[in-house]
Amino acid sequence: MYMYHKTKSYRVFYVFNLTFLLVTSLVCLLPIIHVLSVSLSSASAAGANMVSLWPVGFTLESYKQTLGNSAYISAFGISAIRVVLSVSLGMLVTVLTAYPLSKIDSGGLKGGKFFAWYFVFTMLFSGGLIPAYILIQRLGLMNSIWALVLPGLVVSWNIILMLNFFRTIPRELEEASLMDGGGHLTTLFRIYVPVSLPAIATISLFIAVGQWNAWFDGLIYISEQHKWPMSTMLQALIALPLQSNLGTITGEDAANFSERTIKSAKIFIGALPILAVYPFLQRFFINGIVVGAVKE
Amino acid sequence: MAKKNTVLYLMLIPGILLTFIFNYLPMGGLIIAFQKFKPWLGFTGSPWVGWDNFRLMFEREDSLQVIGNTFAIAGLKMLSNLVVPIVFALLLNEVRQMFFKRAIQTLVYLPHFLSWVILGGILLDMLSSQGLINGMLLPVFGIDRPIQFLGDGNWFRAVVVASDTWKEFGFSTIVFLATLAGINPAWYEAAEVDGASRWKQTLHITLPSMIPIITVVGTLSLGNILNAGFDQIFNLYNPLVYDKGDIIDTFVYRIGVLSGQFGLGTAVGLFKSFVGLVMIVTAYRLAYKLANYRIF
Repeated sequence: MYMYHKTKSYRVFYVFNLTFLLVTSLVCLLPIIHVLSVSLSSASAAGANMVSLWPVGFTLESYKQTLGNSAYISAFGISAIRVVLSVSLGMLVTVLTAYPLSKIDSGGLKGGKFFAWYFVFTMLFSGGLIPAYILIQRLGLMNSIWALVLPGLVVSWNIILMLNFFRTIPRELEEASLMDGGGHLTTLFRIYVPVSLPAIATISLFIAVGQWNAWFDGLIYISEQHKWPMSTMLQALIALPLQSNLGTITGEDAANFSERTIKSAKIFIGALPILAVYPFLQRFFINGIVVGAVKE
Repeated sequence: MAKKNTVLYLMLIPGILLTFIFNYLPMGGLIIAFQKFKPWLGFTGSPWVGWDNFRLMFEREDSLQVIGNTFAIAGLKMLSNLVVPIVFALLLNEVRQMFFKRAIQTLVYLPHFLSWVILGGILLDMLSSQGLINGMLLPVFGIDRPIQFLGDGNWFRAVVVASDTWKEFGFSTIVFLATLAGINPAWYEAAEVDGASRWKQTLHITLPSMIPIITVVGTLSLGNILNAGFDQIFNLYNPLVYDKGDIIDTFVYRIGVLSGQFGLGTAVGLFKSFVGLVMIVTAYRLAYKLANYRIF
């Protein structure tokens, strides 16, 4: 207990500060609450802009329609497959790459610096959009889910996070395993991976969220709309019609009446997986990012 | 022993191959910046045009404007994304009730994980002339006409910077909070004995302790000087605000992928990647010099 806690000016500051912080953090939630409220409102109330932060004329109609929309459900499934493929294959490549690179300092990997720079350079420089687009065309990956998965499997930043974590593992564990006749692969998967589960969970979360949210690759690499992942579908659905109207949607436009609640329901369901995993993994990512970012 | 180390190199192969295909091959594809590239003629058949595409880039009014916009928007974002998280971390650090602290953190980190498709959809809706924000502002300020948040260039820039800060400030506080938590309590106790107020302690202990991490985060953000945020702009902009809101990435997409001017598009992209490379290398050197920061 510090002395200054008792001074009057600090107490006044404390009350204002806490109020300010609470209001600010609620502002972070406001758009989600708004979209949820619209999605749960009656079509006429939403179309007439009567809904702000609480549903008006509560109904689940928009959710019934959205969940009955087979195109939407299938896009949801494609996104799920994409996430599973990217997390599993991406994590496999990440640990396989990070393990040898974590041995550079101990001299276990000759020429390791070269390989480290090989990966780091991709963080510094890239071919950009158009060469990547031509590459996917030439590889014949257009309209394939692999066009969405393969380019994102190696993320150098994740490899760095992983290898920084591997370095904190006591060498004795590795030596004991090698003594017992286990090779490096055994050591990696029997010792390193189980010990690194928090870091693996963190990186998996980052991959999963990134893949779930990715939409642009779907837009340019996939022309058959029934193969679009959820985010690409949402992007086409939401942004384009509203943009062409420039927000000057007239209240009379009857078509918009039911559109708006359904759009909101689609947005909310699209965000739901992230909202759902978020609280459970929060502590992991805080640990993970601090380990990777501010290393002593 | 030698045989065992071979395994280490084998482990690197998947990562090296994927990186070669999806990162280094597109870099090779950058040669089309020096060609009048026609997809049916390919890399070897397309005619070489030297620096013509770059000359064109610096002659066209729209591409110059786009470069200017990119610097302006990215610069404003960098500043805002540095100052706001520092202030927020300082204020949050004063909160002593763990429950509130945790709750605030949970809420402010959330928007970071939502995609610009989702947030763009919600923002377009909220900021339209009939939307929630205009609905709240009009009566309060007695304005007779709705504000064209997304139809006026200057408002658009303000919306882009403010909404990006809103999305990222919480997550950016993590690294500052970690630093604050690491400050030696003995210093505060000593200041306490000397009768220093909390404000004085902040000025003379807290802020000086944060200077290294502020330097690191600030200099490293220089690497993003041409990353004005493709996802965000693409999901919010429209032809009315191209003069103030169009950026390099959206421009490259429109002239390259949509209009098929591969050469010019790649040249603009290469310009961006090159400036980005120079900035990142400079930033890392600066961060190393000023704060002894190393990525490995």
